[in-house]
Amino acid sequence: MQKKDLSLLVLILVVGAVVAFINPRFLLVGNLSNTANQVGMFGIFSIAEAFVIIVGGIELAVGSVIALLGVLFIDLIVNRDVDWILAFALIILGGVAIGTVHGTLVTKMKIQPFVVTLCGLLIYRGAARYYTEDATAGFGYGASFPMLEWLTAGRTNVLGFPLPHSVVALVIVAGIAWLVLHRSVYGRYFYAVGKNEEAARYSGIRSDRVTISAYVICGGLTALSAVLIAMYTRSISPAVHGSFYELYAIAAAVLGGCSLRGGEGSIIGVVLGTILLQVLQNLVNLLGIPSSLNFAVMGTVILIGVLADQYLVQRRKRAPSARGQAAAEPAPATLERASAE
Amino acid sequence: MSGPFLELIDIGKTYPGVVALDHVSLSIAPGEVVALLGENGAGKSTLMRVLGGVVAPSSGTIRIDGADRTSYTVTDAIAAGIAFVHQELNLFDNLDVAGNVFIGREPVFGGPLRLIDRATLRAKVQPLIARLAADFAPDTPLAELSLAQRQLVEIIKALSLNARCVIMDEPTSSLTLSETARLMQVIAGLKADGVSVIFITHRLNEVVQCADRAVVLRDGRTVGTLTRGELNPAAMIRLMIGRDLRSRYVPPAAPPGDTVLDVVDAVTSTYPRRAVSLQLRRGEILGLAGLVGSGRTELARAIFGVEPLLAGGISLDGEPVRISTPRAAIDRGIYLIPEDRKGCGLLLDFPIAENISLPDLASYASLGLVDRSRETDNADRQRERLKIRAPDVKMQVGTLSGGNQQKVVLAKWLSMRPKVLIFDEPTRGIDVGAKQEIYDTLRRLADAGVAILMISSDMEEVIGVSDRIAVMHEGRISGFLERGAFSEHNVLQLAVGHTI
Repeated sequence: MQKKDLSLLVLILVVGAVVAFINPRFLLVGNLSNTANQVGMFGIFSIAEAFVIIVGGIELAVGSVIALLGVLFIDLIVNRDVDWILAFALIILGGVAIGTVHGTLVTKMKIQPFVVTLCGLLIYRGAARYYTEDATAGFGYGASFPMLEWLTAGRTNVLGFPLPHSVVALVIVAGIAWLVLHRSVYGRYFYAVGKNEEAARYSGIRSDRVTISAYVICGGLTALSAVLIAMYTRSISPAVHGSFYELYAIAAAVLGGCSLRGGEGSIIGVVLGTILLQVLQNLVNLLGIPSSLNFAVMGTVILIGVLADQYLVQRRKRAPSARGQAAAEPAPATLERASAE
Repeated sequence: MSGPFLELIDIGKTYPGVVALDHVSLSIAPGEVVALLGENGAGKSTLMRVLGGVVAPSSGTIRIDGADRTSYTVTDAIAAGIAFVHQELNLFDNLDVAGNVFIGREPVFGGPLRLIDRATLRAKVQPLIARLAADFAPDTPLAELSLAQRQLVEIIKALSLNARCVIMDEPTSSLTLSETARLMQVIAGLKADGVSVIFITHRLNEVVQCADRAVVLRDGRTVGTLTRGELNPAAMIRLMIGRDLRSRYVPPAAPPGDTVLDVVDAVTSTYPRRAVSLQLRRGEILGLAGLVGSGRTELARAIFGVEPLLAGGISLDGEPVRISTPRAAIDRGIYLIPEDRKGCGLLLDFPIAENISLPDLASYASLGLVDRSRETDNADRQRERLKIRAPDVKMQVGTLSGGNQQKVVLAKWLSMRPKVLIFDEPTRGIDVGAKQEIYDTLRRLADAGVAILMISSDMEEVIGVSDRIAVMHEGRISGFLERGAFSEHNVLQLAVGHTI
């Protein structure tokens, strides 16, 4: 675990302890289990976002994709009698397709990621509302999918704690994502392309392919969380469902050490960032803070966190520069004659 | 012509480990056109930066209108009427001509609102445009202008500042023949108005054509001044060379083998109407000399698949190959060590070991996961072999000195199987000790059968390391030199486009 992740963990524990001290209901099994469920759902699309941010991009359509794919999923299984396993596969494919389009527009058409995904945000939201004629999509009376419901929104008792299955899903996703990003060849490429695409290309990395695959992974994982969230809420009003979720995702990624310049960030950090955001959400509810201040609290905490991090980076920069000089060979003549020319 | 108004006396400039200028003196009279000559690295640009107030000299005196200047900054230089027309033009693409000329000095109205007075702005610029007989208007967007026109905008800007001396750094290097002729007229016009011009150039014919005087620098020293009657290319080249090149050439262990890389009529984007052909043989070091901007780097980038080949072809071991990406080049054993080490050669924030393994990462992996101990072991081996001075291969490359960074780039490719190694400016920004180590490594590689193409602007390096030299001039090969014909004179002669 990196130092950054560790300090984030400490921050979560401190905030948690303060909340628990002021309002002990924070520690009730029911509350913790519900918060964990939120972490599970939000964590998956935050990891999705992190992939794109690490290659130096941004994905703003997360919330709209969650709305559109959620609506489609419910429509497929409730109204069109599609087997839920097939429907699930189709939805994941839909997410992958969206990611492919975004990645291709960014790399081949050279459109800025912010613009591409902003258009996506608008288009998918509109599509979701049009598809349902702005009506709430949900399960009718008697519609029941016991297996699917158990898998996605169910909870299993683990040592007396009702563990939400969304958390299980997050653990699996995070585990694989960690392996890919931090241990695999492909993960190294993600960081290299995010850090310096030109140098990556000169080392033979097909940077376009790497970038596209980051958007594809993001789309696929967002689709997975779309299903989980749809099954949890059970009814979707397409105008608001999932709105602002991309901002939760970006916030979690930034808290988790991702730089919007690309090439940085860790999976553990992103998961911890998600946890912190959900604990803060919980804090607002439990401490009787008006829920209208919800976003303001989150924004403030993120800002303080980033400022503190910046401060630490500056301090660290001053410290090892002395060490680095001692280690390097004595004052090399780095001034090239050619540049003097 | 009156006496000099501008005098640089005994100017010295040292950087750590390098003497850029050594007691250089230069004086300019009103309306005088002075050409500044010298090889790459002779100190011409540094001298001009001193004159422009960009660089403070380590010693010497700057005297303007008879008064010694103790502190001399860019602002002082502008106030004294010294204006720079930069090699890479400092203009704003998103403004029009008038906006560029008066950037930061816009006439305003409207009191505290400080609105730009566009009418006055245009009225001020129009006569200057007319003075140079330029073919654009004050409100022409800069983005629509050619490079030659932009240069005129810079000169107009200089004139608007009441410049008495305009400095031009290789003003004609990217101009066509007719544009060059136009510029020569402009220079003559400035001269007639009493404005002095100092220009740096490698084109000796232009010097003959328009200079009153040529000052030649070599290794940071003034080696001669030629006046109007003495100006001829042969005399200029004689002064530019003549450095004592210590012979440290190590001959190859065996004569070169078959042709490995055959480049036939390759055309790159910088010179779309010029083609390059060259053969690179197994076990040889082919030096690619030429002036900066002669198209050498573009050729290297095209062979490595970074930029497209507009025409022509490449064969490897007699087989025609199509290389459209660096990956394709790497898979065939063609490796490039780029000129821009920090931007293209390395990931400065990555550890040494991860930089070395990057192009061949798959071979360090099983089931797609990187075996980090194997990666570290190999990096350690390369560190030993190339004498990379770093306590630990987990250190970030950015913390190393230039020489050690270059060795890391080299280590990347030596961990694989190089067939053709293209080395663009192998020792730029590198200290002397590391330089020799890199030369030794090059010879070792060549003896092991690698074909090496070494692009270099350092005459000593080209002559001291290469087995054969190809010289480029403005997008084509102006000649090949065999070892017996190696001399600074011959290389320079070809580099400026003359025949031997």
